[in-house]
Order: sequence, then structure tokens, then C-alpha cells
Amino acid sequence: MADKLRAQQQLEQLQARYVGTGHADTTKFEWTSNIARDTCSSFVGHAPLLEYMALGMGESKEKVRAMMIEKMVQPVGKPPEVQD
Amino acid sequence: MATTSSMFMYSLTIQPPSAISQAILGQFSGTKEQQIVTACGSRLTLHRADAQQGKITPILSHDVFGIIRGLAAFKIAGSNKDYLIISSDSGRIAIVEYHPAQNKWSRLHLETFGKSGVRRVIPGQYLAADPKGRACMIASVEKNKLVYVLNRNAQAELTISSPLEAHKPQTLVMAMIALDVGYENPIFAALEIDFSDSDQDPTGEAFENIEKQLVYYELDLGLNHVVRKWTDTVERTSNILFQVPGGADGPSGVLVCGEENITYRHSNQGTFRVPVPRRRGATEDPQRKRYIIGGVMHKMRGTFFFLLQTEDGDLFKVMIDMVEGPDEQPTGEVSQLRIKYFDTVPPASGLCILKSGFLFVAAESGNHHFYQFEKLGDDDEEVEFSSDDYIEAWEPAYFKPRPLENLALVESVDSMNPLVAMKAINLLEDDSPQIYAICGTGARSSFKTLRHGLEVSEIVESDLPSTPSAVWTTKLTKDDEFDAYIILSFSNGTLVLSIGETVEEVTDTGFLSSTPTIAVQQMGEDAIVQIYPKGIRHIQAGGKINEWPAPQHRTIVAATTNERQVAIALSSGEIVYFELDVDGTLAEYDERREMSGTVTCLSLGEVPAGRQRSSFLAIGCDDSTVRVLSVDPDSTLESKSVQALSSAPSALKIMAMDDASGVSTLYLHIGLYSGVYLRTVLDDITGDLVDTRTRFLGPKPVKLFQVLVKKQTAVLALSTRPWLGYSNQETRAFTLTPLNYDPLQYGWSFTSEQCPEGMVGIENNHLRIFTIDQLSNNMLRESVPLEHTPRAFVKHPKEPLFYVIESDPNTMSKFTKDKLLNDPSLMNGDASPLPPEQFGHAKAKGHWASCIQVVDPIDTKSVLATIHLEDNEAAVSVAAVQFSSQDDETFLLVGTGKDMIPSPASAECGFIHVYRFDEDGRGLEFIHKTKVESPPRALLGFQGQVLAGVGKDLRIYDLGMRQLLRKAQALDAVPNLIVDLQTQGSRIVCADVQQSVTYLVYKYQDRNLIPFVDDTIARWTTTTTMVDYETTAGGDKFGNLWMVRCPSKVSDQADEEGSGAHLVHEKGYLGGTPGRLESLVNFFCQDIPTSVGKASLVPGGRDVILWGGLQGTIGILIPFVSREDVDFFQSLETQMRNEDPPLAGRDHLIYRGYYVPVKGAIDGDLCERFLRLDSTLQERVSGEVERDRREVERKISDLRTRVAF
Repeated sequence: MADKLRAQQQLEQLQARYVGTGHADTTKFEWTSNIARDTCSSFVGHAPLLEYMALGMGESKEKVRAMMIEKMVQPVGKPPEVQD
Repeated sequence: MATTSSMFMYSLTIQPPSAISQAILGQFSGTKEQQIVTACGSRLTLHRADAQQGKITPILSHDVFGIIRGLAAFKIAGSNKDYLIISSDSGRIAIVEYHPAQNKWSRLHLETFGKSGVRRVIPGQYLAADPKGRACMIASVEKNKLVYVLNRNAQAELTISSPLEAHKPQTLVMAMIALDVGYENPIFAALEIDFSDSDQDPTGEAFENIEKQLVYYELDLGLNHVVRKWTDTVERTSNILFQVPGGADGPSGVLVCGEENITYRHSNQGTFRVPVPRRRGATEDPQRKRYIIGGVMHKMRGTFFFLLQTEDGDLFKVMIDMVEGPDEQPTGEVSQLRIKYFDTVPPASGLCILKSGFLFVAAESGNHHFYQFEKLGDDDEEVEFSSDDYIEAWEPAYFKPRPLENLALVESVDSMNPLVAMKAINLLEDDSPQIYAICGTGARSSFKTLRHGLEVSEIVESDLPSTPSAVWTTKLTKDDEFDAYIILSFSNGTLVLSIGETVEEVTDTGFLSSTPTIAVQQMGEDAIVQIYPKGIRHIQAGGKINEWPAPQHRTIVAATTNERQVAIALSSGEIVYFELDVDGTLAEYDERREMSGTVTCLSLGEVPAGRQRSSFLAIGCDDSTVRVLSVDPDSTLESKSVQALSSAPSALKIMAMDDASGVSTLYLHIGLYSGVYLRTVLDDITGDLVDTRTRFLGPKPVKLFQVLVKKQTAVLALSTRPWLGYSNQETRAFTLTPLNYDPLQYGWSFTSEQCPEGMVGIENNHLRIFTIDQLSNNMLRESVPLEHTPRAFVKHPKEPLFYVIESDPNTMSKFTKDKLLNDPSLMNGDASPLPPEQFGHAKAKGHWASCIQVVDPIDTKSVLATIHLEDNEAAVSVAAVQFSSQDDETFLLVGTGKDMIPSPASAECGFIHVYRFDEDGRGLEFIHKTKVESPPRALLGFQGQVLAGVGKDLRIYDLGMRQLLRKAQALDAVPNLIVDLQTQGSRIVCADVQQSVTYLVYKYQDRNLIPFVDDTIARWTTTTTMVDYETTAGGDKFGNLWMVRCPSKVSDQADEEGSGAHLVHEKGYLGGTPGRLESLVNFFCQDIPTSVGKASLVPGGRDVILWGGLQGTIGILIPFVSREDVDFFQSLETQMRNEDPPLAGRDHLIYRGYYVPVKGAIDGDLCERFLRLDSTLQERVSGEVERDRREVERKISDLRTRVAF
């Protein structure tokens, strides 16, 4: 039992430290949100990628950057209703 | 070697990226001079801004082999030198210092805090340093923030603490800066969004109510921890923060900028808000709200102001007023915020105001600009908007943009960013191709022509009565600073011109004018020597002439001189050597040395300072040898060494030049009749010839001359083109670059008062005097402005013309614009519309402006014709296609999309327009257009018909009378969207936007297109090229370059006669085609490749893969021929990784294998850093790879110069 508890604690620690670490009950919403947020932050972090998108949209890079971070707030829509 | 590739490429950058992601100011040399550091991709470049000349020049460019994400400069207390903090993808914070003496960066600290890579929760996205240099904060987009305390120890060395955490989970950061708080505890301000509630609320209400907050993080220096000191809600649309001066200089606090508003906030002050004025004009949408995309704060003499820029490029001056105290002195309390229009400059990703009165604009796209302030807009007539008027009511503010008034452009720094497409074609009938590229965005787009070469400025060009064979200049006495005579040798005489105010013929110089001349030299103190076929004429200062006649029945065929020595070769093959004796007469050495063959050329070096003579004489004979003889008194005319050559030498030159480590070394330059140029080191003790480097210049005999350029000795080599050999100013590596000039037959150095470092040359019967003004840029650029963002281009099949398709989303089309401008009711007396090159095109949501332009980059260097597209169509692809059904006539096909939405991508439908070439392609005649379901992203001529990639489908069309006729199609040829097509024979390579490439075979008999092989890796392909029938090279959106090859069995099977039925029915493998491609090369190049092609860049060079990247990078991949070379460079690369680890702490191997492990590629940029190491490190690295230092150097530079520049 102690082992199980420790494993549980370690997992929680991991989850706290590394955002996006999954667990047995990860929902589809959590998972897709996580992926989409990772994607957006990657677009923001890689200058050529941001420029590529800004070029396609005909927008300023700063505006696309702000747009991407705004998108990270709720990237895949509303969370599902919690089923009891 | 199972794990390595069967093919190896050497990757080299021939032009670094020119997109600046960030530019910061600092006194990095520790002097008062402000310098600019820019981050371009993985390169850190230090620029010097020259206030006198109004020029900005790069001093040092350092590749950190990592993605530079943020830069911050800081000074520690008591120091006047700025250090630089680099946040990169290494998961480490690096602090570096610039050493001006060695011109290099050195690392002071490197602290690891997280995983490498650009990740959501690894700090690095935001970096801010306290203005007093006491701390810095580094943050990620989500959650993590770290604070490092910077201090100095007793030895005045910089120390860095372990990180203090200020994390807040489920919080996004939009912007972060350091507050100016004087010497109080450092505070960092961040714009944050907390999304924890919205993630839990299925009703979406929490999401609607999300607030954006301005948060102050205070570093308590006493307690050594960070606290969230203050938070307040700000405008939801806020996106950027600016630091407001504090302490003694101002009220402290921040400017928070969002949609159409700029707000001043601070914890102990009121809120002051001004609008961002909108443009007024006939074509402007009065409802459009602007954002601030960047800006700069400038402090001067007790005051400060901001220049903030909108996405249109308009700069606004923002000022903060203080409440005045009873003594009429400003207090620390803010009374109002004021804003007014300043000027319009290109939208920038970085702005820097220099104390010397300049503004550097690192443009988001196109050339970077360097402006000088003429005034500060203090007392002009621009309307000013004050926060007092915007307390309750919110009326939009308007202004009228106007041409520059406060700024004056002093320099435009050429930039290729964004480079949309590029082709290397030889249209000038040069010996090497030119690079044609389409670059830029919007109205700042251009069609650029690049050639390898140095810019030459001509001073004099004068006609001569006939064609001279040679030209010299000479001074009269040893101490003269400038040349006095130009001597021209004709087939039947010699002409002497004197240099003065004007250049005119003189006859009383003592020169023998009835004979051609072989050499001219100022000799001893004040004498001149003329060598002509029949003898030597020694003209003394007083006019006394001594003659040395050539022996009977012999003539002088070659001669070489310096100010104390003369050596001549007679037609009999004898060498006669003279030296100046103490009383100033030429004394012949009593022995003559007979050579085996006819002597073609001779060379004596210059007399080294403080010596009596140059100790070596080099002799070139027609038996394809060069001999080095000693001319020292105890071993006169003794042979020292011999070098065999591939052809007879046509010119020799012994010259002392600086080598790569900066040591003056004696070189023997050899030009051959075959057009090959060699440079060997002449050992100044033994006379041995070692370390030979070879370069083919052109199919004409090479002539060599010593000239002076930028205070360094350089060699002018003349073949089919003139070339200059010099040492690169930054790397000090020897560089040979052609001059952008007419072919010369002879050249010589030329110095006069007006032109201290000139050259004189003969081109047929023209005498030309010219200079080379700069050596730092060896690419010649020409540019033709385009109207909209270019998307693709093709060349006319025969004529040197290009067809560029251009489109801009959310931009008003020409037709709407004309209508608006011609409508008198809307014009209300407005003046003429503003030039879009400076102010950009008018925006219009949902509208596209698109056109096709015919560009002539050769003759007129202009746009010949423009065809605007109507009905909100925008061009997406273009091809010149020959239709066999139309008697092999070639037509221009343009694919368009109607009502396209860029993100998420959708469109009403697509069209393929067909145009006929008029007047040899100078015009286009519209024939018809064919509707397709979605925009055809790729078009390609194929066996007398056209291939079109429409969505996932690949189709073959033939040209009909009224529209294109579909002849064959492959439905779902690729999984998502065809973006590029290549073909050879019956094979077609389709590039998918997301899923790499698929090869198809066209079975002509059954009109069947059958996919037969695809890739194992999802590559978001941007561009491809077929390197050979089996192999494709390409690039993807994440910055990888790759090559894949079809296994030969699969390839053969696909081409078998009648295998169509078999292929169609073969079972697919894992949801794809039956076959799989093999991966050959994978290499992360950081920039997004937008074009890849095969090209041979230098005369006689092998084919290389030339690629161009979005940010303006031009690079090549050189295939290795021998396994030994691969092994050598692999071990060199390994050693370089250890001995010269990347500055920002990224692991080089992991960096190059960012997305896919690096395979089959060697990083030439890293290997070339060998040339910049100091000599002890060079020795160590070359020891490890078991070679001599010179040999390593030679191997590195050979690999580049054989195929590129």
C-alpha cells in the first residue's frame, strides 16, 4: 500500500511540475486542450513559424502572437458537463 | 555503419537570415558608444551605428546554434559595460560579455533551469532585466517564472543566484517587463490571464468573464524571495507593456496597450487612458481599431517620451505629464497622458533610439531602416489627444498620415525577409547563375536579383586612341604619397600621362615612347625604370638616363621589379638579375641562370620593411612549372623549390598578406593559362611552397596584380571577369569575389589625392579608374518593387521574364480603391492618396487584393505589366505550361481561390485562369478560366498537359476552347492537400501540406494516376525538388531540410510495362500506399525552407542543393563524394562540438535534430567556426582529427569555394 501511495504522490508531483502529464482519468477535453495549448505556444515561440502564419493571414506578427495566446485560454471550446 | 546514411551532405549557409526578431541597445564594449545587438534566428549580431556617416554596420555575427528567444542588456552597479542575457531553447539562461579587443563573445554564466526546446512551461519566452541590473526575470507562456538575482563579488565579477520561483499554474502571460523603481526592490510587471475557472465551467460563463490582469512581482532583496505584490484588472484586449521611467526620472509604472487604447497604470497612481488614433482617408475604414505592436521609450535630459507603433506602421509620440507642485516643479504624481502622430515607418519587430539621434527600425518584413531624428515633433501642428478628454466618454480619435516630417531615412539595410520563393538561373550569360527571389510583404514587396560580386564605383572612364596592352602607375620618388604618372603600353609605343587636376599626356619624362613597355618601377630614392623589349632604361632624377641594352638577337620577354631589385627573362630563357647598389645604379649580377623552357612570367616580392631585398624570385616556365630561386647574396639564383602545375603559368605574384590568424604570411599567387588561380604559402626561410589552394576563375589566362583595398593588400585577378582576393573582414579567411565590372585586360593600383585606394584598368580601348568601397557585402542586389505580397513565380520558357503572382488578404482591391478615390462624394477634398510603399495598402476585412505581374529583371529592371484579379479572387499557384494539343504553344496558368479565408482555411471555390503570352511574354492575354471546387495550390506542366493539385485530388487537364478539359484524376492522391508538384518522366511527386510526399506513376494507356510510395514521417511540406528520379529533397514548416529516396525495387516495379493493374490492386500498407520511402538526410536549419532546387553556383562547380528560407536565409547542401571526407568532417564536427560549444548552451547535436534526429548531414557552419578559433584551440582540434592545422583549414575552405562563395 505504501508503494502505491508513493507512486501516487510521485505522479501528482510530476503533474504539478510538468503541465500536461496525464493520469488514468484524463478526459478527452483535457488532453486536446493540452495539445492545442502546446501547439499555440510553439507557434508563439518559434519566430519563423509565427512569421509564416502572419504572412498567410496578412497580419502583424505581434497581433498573431497575441491571438495565439488568447486562443490558449480555451483552445477547444467549452469543457464538457461533469457527469456524476 | 548501419545507423548512418548512405548519403552525406555538408550544410552551409551562404547568406544568414535577415529577419530580426529582437533588437536591443547597449554599451557592450564598455565605452560610451551605443551598439545594437540583434537576434536573427540562431545568430546574434552586434552592429555599430556610425553617427557621422549615418550607417549601421555589423561588427560580429555569432551563430549560437540554438533558437534565440529573448535578449536583455544590463549593467551591474558601478560598471559602465553592458552584459547580455540570452534566453534560448537550451533550457538555460546565458549571460555573455563582449570583448572588443578579440571581437568575440564570451560566456560568464550558464544556469540550467529546465528542459531544452521551445515549450509551453519552460521559461524563455519572456525575459526582462531590472534597469539597475540587480535581477532578471525569465518566464514561460504559461505558469513558470523565475527570478535570478545578479550581483557582483569582491573582485567585481558578476555573480548569479539560484533561481527564485514565482510560478502560478493555469495562468498565461501576454507580456512582461521590468519596472523602473530606482533603487527600491526590483519589480517585474506581467500581463496575465488566469484560465483555471474557465477550464472547469461547462456553461462558458467563466470564459466570458475572464479578466486580464496586470501583476507586479516584487523581488525582496532583503528576504530573497518574490511576492505577487499588486494585481489589477486591465482592458481585456491588452497585449503589450512598456516601462515608464521611475526613480528620479519619472513616475514609474507601466503603459498597458490594447485594442485602441493606451493606459498608464501604477500601484499608487490613477488610471490615465488615451485612444490610439485611427487613420482618416478616403480608403480607410473609419471603424477599424488599431493595436500597438511595439514601441520604444527614450529618456533624455530629465524628460522622456514613448514612440509606439500600430500595425499600420504609424508611430505615435506618447508623453506623460506630472502634477506640478507649489514650487512649479513636477511632483511624482501623473496628471495626464498625451498622444500625437509622429511619423510612419515600416512595422517593426524592434525599435531602438540611439543617444546620437538615430532610430533603428528592425522591420517585420523587408529592409531594415535607419533614420535620423530631425525634430522631436514638439511644436508641429499635429492634433494632440489628452487623457483628460477620455475619462468617461470614448470618441474615436482620428489623424491624417503624412510623409516623414520628424525622421529622415539615412540608410536602408537590405533584407530578404520574408523570402517567399527563389530560383537560381543564369540569364545574363555569366559563368555562374544569378539568384532571383521574391521577397517582402504588402506594398513593401520586391523582386530581387542576387549576384555574387563586389560593388565597384567607377571614377574615370576615358577612351584611348587604340587598345593598350598594359597600364602602370608610378610615383616619382620613394617618399611620394600619390602616383604621378599613368604609363600605357601599346603595340608600337608607350604613352605617359601625368596625374594632376586633369590627366594629360606628357612627353619630357625620359620614357622611351617609340617602343612597347614591359614594366615600370620607381627605383631607389628618386629614379624610374622602364623595361622594354630591347633593354632597361634607368631614368635618374636629374634626367640622366642609363641604358642597359638586351644582348644581341635576344629580347626581354618578362620582367619583375621592386624598388631595389629587377629581374628579367630573355627570349633565350636566361634570367638576368639586377640590384640597386649604394650609389643608386643598377648592378647586374655577374651570372645568368638559364631556364629549361621559355619563361612566361616572373615575380619578386616587395622589399620587406627594414630589409635590403626580397629574398625570392619566382619564375614561371612554359613547361608548366614554377621555380623559386633565392636572390640572397650568398646563394644568388640558386633553386629553392619547384612546383609542377596543370598548365603553363600566365602570371605570378609574391605578396605578403594576413592569414586567417592575423599573421602576415608570404604567399605566391599563380595564375595559369587555363584560367586556374592558385595560392600557395611561400615559406620565408626555406622558400618551400606549401598549402596550395586552387580556384577556377574563367576560361581565360589569369593576370595578377597587387592592389590596396580598405588598407589591406589584396590581389586583383583578371580572367573572363575581374576578381578580388582579400581577407574577409570578419572571419579573416581569404576570399575571392568577382567584381561587378567589365572584363579587364590589365590592371594596376592607383593612388591620388581624390582616390587613395583606387585601381586603374584597361578594357579594350577604355581606360578605367575605379575603387571598391566595401568588402563586407559580397552579394550584389537589385530590386524591383512589387505591388502585393508575392506568393509564387515562374520564368518565361524562353525570354528572361518572370511572372509573379501576388495577393494580400484583408486588403482593399485596386478596383474598390479606384472607385472610392474617384467618388467625389467620398473624397471630401482629400489630397492625393498616400504612396502605399510607405503607408501600406488600405485594409478591408474579408477582401483580397491580388495581381499577376510581369517582371523584367534584366533590361528595364521593372514591372512590364500588371493584371489585377477581380471578384475577390486571389492567385495561389502559377505555371507556364506547354500544351501539345495547341501546337506546343506555352500558356501561363494561374490557380486562384475565391473568397478565401486564411485561418481556418476555406474558400468558396477555385479557378484556373489561362493566359496567352503576348509580345514575347511582355503582356498577357486572358483566354478563359475553369472552375474547380477548391483553390488549386499546385500546377505543373506534364507531358503536354497540365497537372493540377486540387485539394487532395491530382488531376490532368488539357486545354480546350472554352475551358480546361479533365483527362485523368487520382482522387485522394494525398491525405490532406497537395501543395507542390514535381515530375520526371511518368513519375509525379505530390507534396502534402501535412504528410510529406507521395510518388505517383501515370499510366498513359489507361490514363491512370497511381500512388505507389509515401513517407513514414509526417512532414508539413513547404517545398520539394526531385534531385534525381528516385530522390526528393524538401523542407517543412518546422524548419527541417530532408531528403527521401524511393527503394529501387519499388521504383522499378512502378515503371514496369503494364504494371498498372497490379499497382492499383496492390494492398496498401498501414493505411498508406504499398511502398515506403527511405529517409536519407534530416537536418534542422531553423528557418522554414520556402524553396529548394539544384544549382551549380560557381563556374566549373558541382551541383548542390540550394535552399532559401522564409527569414531570408540562403543555404546549400553539398554532397560528399568520398567516404574519407565524410569521416574527416564527422570527427571535426564532433571535436568542434566539444571545443567550441554553442554560446547559449544548446546541445548542438540535439539542436540539429530538433524534430527528427539529424541524419546524413554535417553542419558546415559549425565546422567553419574552426577558422574563428584562436590558434591554440585550432591546434588542439586539428590534433584530435590527426591533421595539420593548415590542412584542416584548407579542407574547410576548399569544400566551400569549390561549389559556392
